[in-house]
Amino acid sequence: MPATITTIAYLLSGILFILSLGGLSRQETARRGNTYGMLGMAIAILVTALSPEVTGYGVLAVVIGIGAVIGAILAARVEMTSMPELVAILHSFVGLAAVLVGYASYLDPDNALTGVEHTIHEVEVFVGVFIGAVTFTGSVVAFGKLRGMIGSKALALPGRNLWNVGMILVSAYFGYEFVGQPDHGGLLSLGIMTAIAS
Amino acid sequence: MKIAIVREARQNERRVAGTPDTVSRLITKLGFSVTVESGAGLGAGITDEAYAAAGAQVVSSKAEAWSGADIVLKVNQPELAEVELLRPGSTLMSFIWPAKNPELLELLRAKNVTTLAMDMVPRISRAQKLDALSSMANIAGYRAVIEAAGCFGRFFTGQMTAAGKVPPAKVLVIGAGVAGLAAIGAASSLGAIVRSFDTRPAVKDQVKSMGAEFLEISIEEDGTGVGGYAKEMSPAFIAAEMALFKEQAREVDIIITTALIPGRPAPKLILKEAIDVMKPGSVIVDLAAEAGGNSDLTVPGQSIVTENGVTIIGYTDLPSRMAPTSSQLYGMNLVHFLSDLGGATKWNVNLEDEVIRGALVTHEGAITWPPPPAQHPVEVKKTDAGPALPVGPTPEEKAKAAARRSTLALLAGAVALLGLGAVAPPAFVAHLTVFVLACFVGFQVVWNVTAALHTPLMSVTNAISGIIIIGGMLQVSGPLESPVTILAAIAILFATINIAGGFLVTQRMLKMFSK
Repeated sequence: MPATITTIAYLLSGILFILSLGGLSRQETARRGNTYGMLGMAIAILVTALSPEVTGYGVLAVVIGIGAVIGAILAARVEMTSMPELVAILHSFVGLAAVLVGYASYLDPDNALTGVEHTIHEVEVFVGVFIGAVTFTGSVVAFGKLRGMIGSKALALPGRNLWNVGMILVSAYFGYEFVGQPDHGGLLSLGIMTAIAS
Repeated sequence: MKIAIVREARQNERRVAGTPDTVSRLITKLGFSVTVESGAGLGAGITDEAYAAAGAQVVSSKAEAWSGADIVLKVNQPELAEVELLRPGSTLMSFIWPAKNPELLELLRAKNVTTLAMDMVPRISRAQKLDALSSMANIAGYRAVIEAAGCFGRFFTGQMTAAGKVPPAKVLVIGAGVAGLAAIGAASSLGAIVRSFDTRPAVKDQVKSMGAEFLEISIEEDGTGVGGYAKEMSPAFIAAEMALFKEQAREVDIIITTALIPGRPAPKLILKEAIDVMKPGSVIVDLAAEAGGNSDLTVPGQSIVTENGVTIIGYTDLPSRMAPTSSQLYGMNLVHFLSDLGGATKWNVNLEDEVIRGALVTHEGAITWPPPPAQHPVEVKKTDAGPALPVGPTPEEKAKAAARRSTLALLAGAVALLGLGAVAPPAFVAHLTVFVLACFVGFQVVWNVTAALHTPLMSVTNAISGIIIIGGMLQVSGPLESPVTILAAIAILFATINIAGGFLVTQRMLKMFSK
């Protein structure tokens, strides 16, 4: 599949996603919006699967198959009143996936970027893992609160704003350490930051 | 186990503690058998035949309904004489207001009745589906706007007609709790200009998302009390508040007040001097009338007109005026509560459950109210009473400051992007372009989503964020044992669960909305 077709397909995906959110502005168009979203996602996945970089079809089929079945069962079985909790726990999965993809991208031997591109790639990996880790644990806590497992009151630790700023600064420091390490020397810094972000 | 839904004795009460829909849920989903006292639903337009068609047994004798039941469901607290009709060891679920009815509590205790007070359900997220105070307050807030519109002489929305211009109505909603937010929503939908004030800074975002302007005074004092309520404020704050309200009273056409403090009489917020400067034809709807009212001239239960032509509505039965809806929602609160109590087959008044314990006021011959305080971490409070500036910046000044800030931000952003463009490689800049445009488009699109669809919005944006699967797919083609492939495979698994689950859950949610 020529690269231009791929790009256009991604563009179509993007358009469908935007239309999906747009559909939610009114009750009448909301269900159509959801369908657009599904369509956009399907196109994106299909086109990526057909692209030259993707060859591990066996693994892909197995993993997507299992994931789809689990997702469908969860969605069908959950009670109406537990839907916010379901959304929270699903979103934690996205955070986790982002962290894993970040690590995988960093460790990928096929990556042949140099110079500024390499640096930018490392920054993107770092920020991606940071946000993914925060999302993961944050969504898990949200799930716990909605379930009643954790108390609803905000945990207002004394000096909590200082803690948050402190953790961000420390993470940024490790980011600085991480970028520019030859080979995969930055793995330790990445790991420490992941723990802090969690 | 037998449930009885009985007639309300209170005059003018049109609600009933169950509708045919909730009755059929009690029977089929929770395994109860249901008796309904004849005529219980007439105020809400529900006939005995309708209940019977849903599976209930209709009885004409009040005594038979009350005494024959294991659980009696009611809206208002029972009359003292009605307690006699309860069977010892049975359960009563209704509004009780234990602080105001010690005699009733004692009679229930002596009768060995297990009483669950629907007004004492803890206001935590998990208990929202059983929270009758919220479901009723939501209805009251909406109805307040309807009552106001009903006696206001102008449109709520502005109009340009061939015969001339009609200005929009200005509405002030005091108190942005459940009732206040519902009122803001209803008034906004009718097209009015809505402003709101609350002593709790945390509600600012909620107010703005419902389409109203959040009024602030320049004294930093956090009015957030326990359980989501407000608390009493310092004299300096109150003085500043009164000044704000008087100034607003001059300008606005409709004031809806919803300020309550648990256990105390309602605070007086609209003083006579403020009412005196209101324009003739203005309306005040006082939702706190039963607790004494938020205005100096409120007459609880009535609608009066002051000398200067201001109508003050002090009805105390707003939910009852929308009996079909309030009965259905209250009935559902009861269904959810009965479900949490185990239903007919696994009935258990579990004292370890925070919600059940909070609502339990008498049990096994003892008065169990007030409940022991819940285990929540203590909040860190900051009270800063700075020098009192009675009135904050006017709306015009605020608008100008905001315009200045956004221009500066735009300039700073442009400089930063140009700097990046000077050093970055072309591929990166292309990606950056897409990213930035996507941010703007996304913001605009999401901003247009109607409030009722916010939960499906959360769900569908979550599903779309599963696009991370593409990242995983690009990494999964290496040798099977390499850590890259394994990590990528796990990532794809989780992302797929999210995509499949997310879209399907959104579909389910949206099905609930279809007419």
